[in-house]
Amino acid sequence: MIELDRAGRSFKVRRSLVHAVRDLSFTIAPGEFVGYLGPNGAGKSTTIKMLCGILTPTSGTVRVAGLEPSRRRTTLARRIGVVFGQRTTLWWDLPLADSFELIRHLYKVDRNTFRTRLDELTTTLDLGSFIRTPVRQLSLGQRMRGDLAAALLHAPDVLVLDEPTIGLDVVSKAGIRDFLKRLNAERGTTVLLTTHDLGDIERLCRRVMLIDHGQLAFDGTLGDLMATAPDQSDIEEVVSRLYTGSGTA
Amino acid sequence: MVSLYARLAWTWTRAAAAYPASFALMTVLGIITTTLDVAVILIVFANTTTLAGFSRDEVLFLYGAAGVSFALCDLLVSNIDRVSQHIKAGTFDTFLIRPVSSWLQLTTDRFNPNRLGRVLQAVLVLGYAVAVLDLEGRRLWMIPVMVVTGFVIFAALWTLVGAAQFLLTDAPELGNAFTYGGQQLTQYPLAVYARDLVKGVTYVLPMAFVNWQPGLYVLGRDDPFGTPEFMRFLGPAAALALVLAAGLAWRQGIRHYRSTGS
Repeated sequence: MIELDRAGRSFKVRRSLVHAVRDLSFTIAPGEFVGYLGPNGAGKSTTIKMLCGILTPTSGTVRVAGLEPSRRRTTLARRIGVVFGQRTTLWWDLPLADSFELIRHLYKVDRNTFRTRLDELTTTLDLGSFIRTPVRQLSLGQRMRGDLAAALLHAPDVLVLDEPTIGLDVVSKAGIRDFLKRLNAERGTTVLLTTHDLGDIERLCRRVMLIDHGQLAFDGTLGDLMATAPDQSDIEEVVSRLYTGSGTA
Repeated sequence: MVSLYARLAWTWTRAAAAYPASFALMTVLGIITTTLDVAVILIVFANTTTLAGFSRDEVLFLYGAAGVSFALCDLLVSNIDRVSQHIKAGTFDTFLIRPVSSWLQLTTDRFNPNRLGRVLQAVLVLGYAVAVLDLEGRRLWMIPVMVVTGFVIFAALWTLVGAAQFLLTDAPELGNAFTYGGQQLTQYPLAVYARDLVKGVTYVLPMAFVNWQPGLYVLGRDDPFGTPEFMRFLGPAAALALVLAAGLAWRQGIRHYRSTGS
């Protein structure tokens, strides 16, 4: 479903070349739920932006759902859902319901399918109480649920989440995690999730990838990840050891 | 594409309605500033009967024709010059994750119908000039052609300015020199300007084809700069060339977009 082959993206910063992502290769099969970890500035967001076609790779190839994202961006958009935890993709001054209606038109979802999906999402994400409220008046937890629904109205095969639980309280976090788990289990949606919250990883991801300095530092199951530091049982400790370990390498 | 444009524009109109005071204020201000432009022309002609050989009503004709093109573009396309704002705020990414062309999303971004006032004002001026001038009937077909051509030229210009902001993120105002500057330029007969400037806006940046060259045809006048008659009809070709350049520039801009951190 997602394939990177020696993909790289560099930026020119004051005449010197900075490699945000370098020679990155991995494959994610349909239906996988993958956690994507890495310290700040490791290249997580750059990778995600290459996956949705926002950034054009400067080397190597990227394929998502069989398409080259930067060349087929608008076609791919119908098959991929994207949520940025740090900023909303909704219309700030409009009620949530109006944003959804506009999305229906942008993605050309027919009215009946849209109604069914929206009803379902309204129930599972519990949107009912604030669907008529302008987005700017929503709490962060409500807004995040709104953003998730917006990213799923066109029933994408792939869902890419960039820090979806950032800043949320424990109850909201749990709600979002349950929802994602069910989405992946019941609909088979492929999910790639970046986060700094290792609780997300423990509860959701069968597979973990860790990126540092633009390169893959670890790729394996959660069990493999814990096995890298047999003397540790706390995932925070294990991951921080990997961050610093690869940092000095 | 048109229905999608209308859908997006309507959405932003409702969003603008969330701030009714701002909406009313901007509408009134828009009408005041454009009315001042006409006042200036009328004041000039209170002191003289011709301007570079053109009568008051002829000048109003040229002003009105360019005004309609510009005001329509200001209403429908000008929002594209906020590219650099979106890049700096990190909100540009959102436009690229939707299955709709980024150009369409940018031109409708924060669409605000308060600019309709300016269109109306320009239409009234043009209508007045056409009514009082004794124009030859066989030349009138050029009027809609020139308004559309002018619209396309301004739209392409605005797109170029938007595309340039992918590179010049820190100097978005530079573009205004071309868009709003172009509008200022076309308010008067080009005969009032220096020959070299007119050459520039004829052969390099085709602003002369917004209202000047086709306007000369409608008015049945020779060009004071002596360009041949066939030049009056080159507007659509010039507009097309500019559209192709703008389309290419926009694509390149998107390809070189660097996004922001996180």
